[in-house]
Amino acid sequence: MSIEQLQTDEHGRLRHFLSIEGFRREQLLQILDTAESFAMLPGRQVKKVPLLRGKIITNLFFENSTRTRTTFELAAKLLSADVINFNIDVSATSKGETLLDTLRNIEAMHSDMFVVRHSASGAAHFIARHAAPGVSIINAGDGCHAHPTQAMLDMFTIRRYKGDFTPLRIAIVGDVQHSRVARSQIMALNILGVSEVRVIAPRTLLPADVRTLGVHVFHDLEQGLKDVDVVIMLRLQHERMDNALLPSAHEYFQLYGLTAERLEYAKPDAIVMHPGPINRGVEITSEVADGPQSVILQQVSYGIAIRMAVMSMALGNSSGEQGS
Amino acid sequence: MIAVNLHIRGGRLIDPANGIDAHLDLYLKHGRVFAVGEKPDGFRIDKTISARGKIVCPGLIDLGVHLREPGEEHKGTICSEAEAAARGGITTLICMPNTDPVIDTPAVWELIRRRAKACGNARVLAIGALTKDLTGKQLAEMGALKQAGCVAVSNARKRMANTLVTRHALEYARTFDLPVILCSEDPHLKDGGCVHEGSIATRLGLPGIPSAAETVAVARDLALTEHTDSRSHFHALSTGRAIEMIRQARRGGARLSADVAIHQLFLLDTDVDGFSANCHVDPPFRTQTDRDILRQAVADGDIEVICSDHQPHEEDAKTAPFPLTAPGISGLETLLPLCLKLVEDGILDLPTAIARLTHGPAQALGLPLGRLDAGHSADICIFDPDHIWTLHPAGLHSSGKNTPFCNWEFRGKVTHTLFEGRITWNSES
Repeated sequence: MSIEQLQTDEHGRLRHFLSIEGFRREQLLQILDTAESFAMLPGRQVKKVPLLRGKIITNLFFENSTRTRTTFELAAKLLSADVINFNIDVSATSKGETLLDTLRNIEAMHSDMFVVRHSASGAAHFIARHAAPGVSIINAGDGCHAHPTQAMLDMFTIRRYKGDFTPLRIAIVGDVQHSRVARSQIMALNILGVSEVRVIAPRTLLPADVRTLGVHVFHDLEQGLKDVDVVIMLRLQHERMDNALLPSAHEYFQLYGLTAERLEYAKPDAIVMHPGPINRGVEITSEVADGPQSVILQQVSYGIAIRMAVMSMALGNSSGEQGS
Repeated sequence: MIAVNLHIRGGRLIDPANGIDAHLDLYLKHGRVFAVGEKPDGFRIDKTISARGKIVCPGLIDLGVHLREPGEEHKGTICSEAEAAARGGITTLICMPNTDPVIDTPAVWELIRRRAKACGNARVLAIGALTKDLTGKQLAEMGALKQAGCVAVSNARKRMANTLVTRHALEYARTFDLPVILCSEDPHLKDGGCVHEGSIATRLGLPGIPSAAETVAVARDLALTEHTDSRSHFHALSTGRAIEMIRQARRGGARLSADVAIHQLFLLDTDVDGFSANCHVDPPFRTQTDRDILRQAVADGDIEVICSDHQPHEEDAKTAPFPLTAPGISGLETLLPLCLKLVEDGILDLPTAIARLTHGPAQALGLPLGRLDAGHSADICIFDPDHIWTLHPAGLHSSGKNTPFCNWEFRGKVTHTLFEGRITWNSES
């Protein structure tokens, strides 16, 4: 079964949200439009809506993440669903219980949806293939493969600030090689038809044949930032230094850290994004992270609207009018 | 069991070792080939097998199978796999040393030998360990292993501690003229990878194994082969570049041989798309360019052996997110059918295809097998080249149903397998 067939039903409606790959432009726009109906108005909280009352949503996290799990939990609660959290120590599962065993056990508790995070690429697809019919799977990050709701909340943020996608130049800076977020962002941006996606990084942080993802490659930050509308910074994990991918955080910051001076190469109205958590002084200065062009905190709050949209659509009720 | 006098009648005999491709009858006695062509005077026929419309060839020799016993009987046993081999026309299984315990002492080999003899469906020969417990540090007792009957030594895909140990291991093996089966791979460059490093790995976010993981190691092992005058056999190659290096080393006079797993001649890195765990193999499927070079090398004779790289797994081993699945394909029963597909596709002629499965591996390891002149063991495969069938994993006889060739249509099916003159498989009975 292809990825497309897995993610939507025979009418093209969302069943699982596993990766951006395979969706058409209209489908992604539909997710954004639905999220729009849930999104916070300035100065006003999202109202709780009864769309998923009686539904059980299980957060199945095989990898630690307080932040992402909390936004999913909040989104589910704002939709009036009941939420169960399972934080499964991977070391415990390696003691004998297979992922499938874990899944069957939790399935016995009658969930309507699993929100899954796992360190192995393809884990969400695997669970979607093996889950009972009628159970929706939302990928909350699998290995280096995909993090589609993060990508969609980034698209949502970009649309909020920039409107039309088609004229935009976007630069993604940093560790694309190990980033599921970057892969999903690149796919979403290309499907939404932006003018150009750039990746800016040293060669050790770019995957093989990265151009085949549909990006232009830059190794020089200033050149790469020239005339872009959106700058997306990626988090740099400290273990990259231990693996001999980089000499030091210091050199990385010298060459690829986003400073106010460097941001001037981008368009004057460029926005700065970051999926979080940020490393101040490693990939970005506080001046930029807290500056007027930064939309980092808005991303977080839009994340709730996007997750509400995806959850309600996948569970077959997305009339989000009540939310606005 | 007393073997009867057999007459195999009316088939097209293809015996590449003897340059035979003709309609010739075979006469078997006491488990050996007694005569080819005319019935010898006074030969009493107990039983006749009609091979009209069929191909008669030496039983296939599969170099480098993983038999799983002892230690991993839930994946397969010597008996289950030998029976599967018989159905695939394979009469000799040359097993890798990575059992549990490892074949690093004559005792382990003795256990396997006895079990295989009791099963009786195929000849099982062993590749002994190159280092103790395959840890790559201390040499295994290769002298004793050779005396006990191991036909080669190998460290399987386990890493060697360093180049010096490899050098000494090759030198020590050469003392006994033991062929060394090399699975050349740089463990550092492999670094937890599970698919070919390229655009598919990039898109799926799967850790990649660069082609250089193989080429770096092949280059090193070729240099050590030259230095130690080792009888090296390069097992399960996957990259075109490695083939080119081997070809060049051969021109320089190095005494070496090489094989490729049959699935590498068909599938590509793109087949992994959709996280298809049955396409998780080690070394990984590579690019079309690599596959085309491998195919050409098999046709030209730069690769003289095609093997199944048989690795049966229980269902659970393949039921997990892709990087967590066990690599390998259950390949005994698709070895010949896939080779016949190469013939159908015009990559090889039929005698060459059969040579790669019989005479090729026998020569690589210096075994008096894979040929059907008088006096040789009556290990025979008879297949119907026109029988069209579709593979269903449930139809596999191996304990491992892990195959990416599910629902493939094949032309050509084994009808009889004879091992030492005994019929071990007869599809018509």
